[in-house]
Amino acid sequence: MEKRVVFDNRWLPYLLVAPQLLVTFVFFFWPAGQAIYQSAFIPDPFGLKTQFVGLGNFEYLFGNRYYRESFLTTAVFSVLVTVSAMSFALWLAVLADRVIKGSSAYRTLLIWPYAVAPAIAGVLWLFMFNPFTGIIAWMLAQLGYTWNHTLDGGQAMALVVAASAWKQISYNFLFFLAGLQAIPKSVIEAAAIDGASFWRRFWTIVFPLLSPTTFFLLVVNIIYAFFDTFGVIHTITKGGPEQSTTILVYKVFSDGFVGQDLGSSAAQSVILLGLVGVLTVVQFRFIERRVHY
Amino acid sequence: MKKFVAAGVVAALMAGVAPATAATQIDFWHAFTGRLGELLDEQVSKFNESQDEYTVVATNKGNYSETLNAGIAAFRAGEQPDILQVFEVGTATMMGAKGAIKPVYEVMAESGLPFDQSAYLAAVAGYYTTTDGQMLSLPYNSSTPVLYVNRDALEAAGLDPDMDLSTWDKVGTALDALKESGHKCPLTTAWQSWVHLENLSAYHNVPFATKENGFAGVDTELSLNGDVQVKHIDTLGQWAKDGKFIYSGRRNEGGAPFRAGECALFTESSAGYAGVKNEATFDFDIRPLPYWSGVEGAPQNTIIGGASLWVMQGQTEEEYKGVAAFFNFLSSSEIQAKWHQDTGYLPITMAAYEETKASGYYDENPGTDIAIIQMTGKAPTANSKGLRLGSFDQIRGIIDEELEGVWNGSKSAQEALDSAAERGNELLRRFEQANR
Repeated sequence: MEKRVVFDNRWLPYLLVAPQLLVTFVFFFWPAGQAIYQSAFIPDPFGLKTQFVGLGNFEYLFGNRYYRESFLTTAVFSVLVTVSAMSFALWLAVLADRVIKGSSAYRTLLIWPYAVAPAIAGVLWLFMFNPFTGIIAWMLAQLGYTWNHTLDGGQAMALVVAASAWKQISYNFLFFLAGLQAIPKSVIEAAAIDGASFWRRFWTIVFPLLSPTTFFLLVVNIIYAFFDTFGVIHTITKGGPEQSTTILVYKVFSDGFVGQDLGSSAAQSVILLGLVGVLTVVQFRFIERRVHY
Repeated sequence: MKKFVAAGVVAALMAGVAPATAATQIDFWHAFTGRLGELLDEQVSKFNESQDEYTVVATNKGNYSETLNAGIAAFRAGEQPDILQVFEVGTATMMGAKGAIKPVYEVMAESGLPFDQSAYLAAVAGYYTTTDGQMLSLPYNSSTPVLYVNRDALEAAGLDPDMDLSTWDKVGTALDALKESGHKCPLTTAWQSWVHLENLSAYHNVPFATKENGFAGVDTELSLNGDVQVKHIDTLGQWAKDGKFIYSGRRNEGGAPFRAGECALFTESSAGYAGVKNEATFDFDIRPLPYWSGVEGAPQNTIIGGASLWVMQGQTEEEYKGVAAFFNFLSSSEIQAKWHQDTGYLPITMAAYEETKASGYYDENPGTDIAIIQMTGKAPTANSKGLRLGSFDQIRGIIDEELEGVWNGSKSAQEALDSAAERGNELLRRFEQANR
């Protein structure tokens, strides 16, 4: 039997969702609208004068080789962060799920990095990898490997990916662990009795049953890699060397707040907005089909 | 309980008394923290105690970029401070904002206070004056690059620590000897674009940008890919390849290894003096920035880095009078001489320099006057007055990127500087468009 609450008052439902709508409007639609509006102008920083340029800002951006390359950098960075943060977290969660003694201590320790702000995480990693004074840079030098992420774009990318992923592993771990614990033990035990090995049980039972969690984390991690990693990049590389770690969101910041070029910055926000929108639609249309709830 | 009542009565009385002596509040937003912040606060409280008409309230708004952004955001909201500290690369941005700033010469003229622009060091004030000599912002903290030498390291490499290091050729010889003796870091630098391109250009009297380095108009273009600059960067690139020049980062990351005694030579701002003096456990020297001997007119003079104080538009007449009084106080030779000696920044007036000289400070701290001599040795030319380029903070970022390409060997000096000029010009055109 289906239970349904029916409101007699026609206005009450609207009233109840109004606060949420208001918040969405004030903090999302209004600024997004502003960005779209501003992207058609070149204003001076103080807002004293402004010029209408139509699509001029977009033309300027796409005519710039470094901006086009920034898309590729963003793609590489996001994929690396997402894949490494998720796979490592899943591996840890599987291990932690099997631990019997002292499991809560392990879990607590694994969750800690999530409490670290991105900028602080960046500084921590920078200390370890500082080409002059960092302990890991020193250890690598002992092994005969020269570490200098201020000059080597590949190393710089590896460092910002590691710092960003490290922070996100905790978050992913938490969800994966909860997901693992929600899988009925009886299914796994039945497979074990049938003689399925641990890996076979994992790939044929656990992983598919975990797919809602994995899908959720995929969306969250991509959004994280796109937007929240700004602090890590700002503290470690400032987008360098030679723009090799300038992801799209970092360029929005540096053009807007370092260069005071608000028109270009607004246009980039609009592009980013569209890109993330498309990405989310793709994820829900194509990947979600493969998710078993 | 009784105490509380008593305290309440006192508070009420004080509150009642306060309006009678109400001083005009002058808001001053700055970017100094730590020791510099303390010294700034000291100046402010001295001024506040010296008179009772005005109270300057100094507030830190983060680093230079953050302070500038805070000022811009506040102006847009109509909440701007009276005084805003802006770093030298933000000069063109502030100048372009004619409706947002009130030029210092105007503030001083309206206040009726004595204001003699010729009392200021031309090489310092020149950065912040119009082409016809009117001061737009008050120079506050200014420094110029010099060469720091670890004498012990030279000696260990079998060199005479008093050897002549005035030209880059001679520095090259020293680097060869250091490298041969197995030294890990013969030369490093801070602020590569500022020292090795901006100052290099001024010092050799070649333009960094057209239109008098941007002083004569926003339709300026970078000319930092000239022969002198290419030769210099090419040499540094070669040194980097040979392990004689060690790149340590875009800002002053090179300071830590130099102060720890790991690097032998270090080009850095004269304001780095206090830090080196505090931490260095070795014998060190300050030398003038080296130059290329074959270049005509070299050495000209170096240019400054640092920040100046801008007065914002839209305040009351009374507040502007207070700003003028505060600026007058800051320019006094007593305050300037102390500031110069405490921080290593340049004094902004000739009188403060003379006073420091008379006090015997330079004899006790050899090398601290080199920056001033280097800047004031010759009258500034159109190429050595300073730089006034829009989006310059970002252009420096581009230059940094391109130079990194030279240091890691992926680009030649010519390629890197051509590309820096081309990319920088794109930003200059954006700035021109926004400030037409």
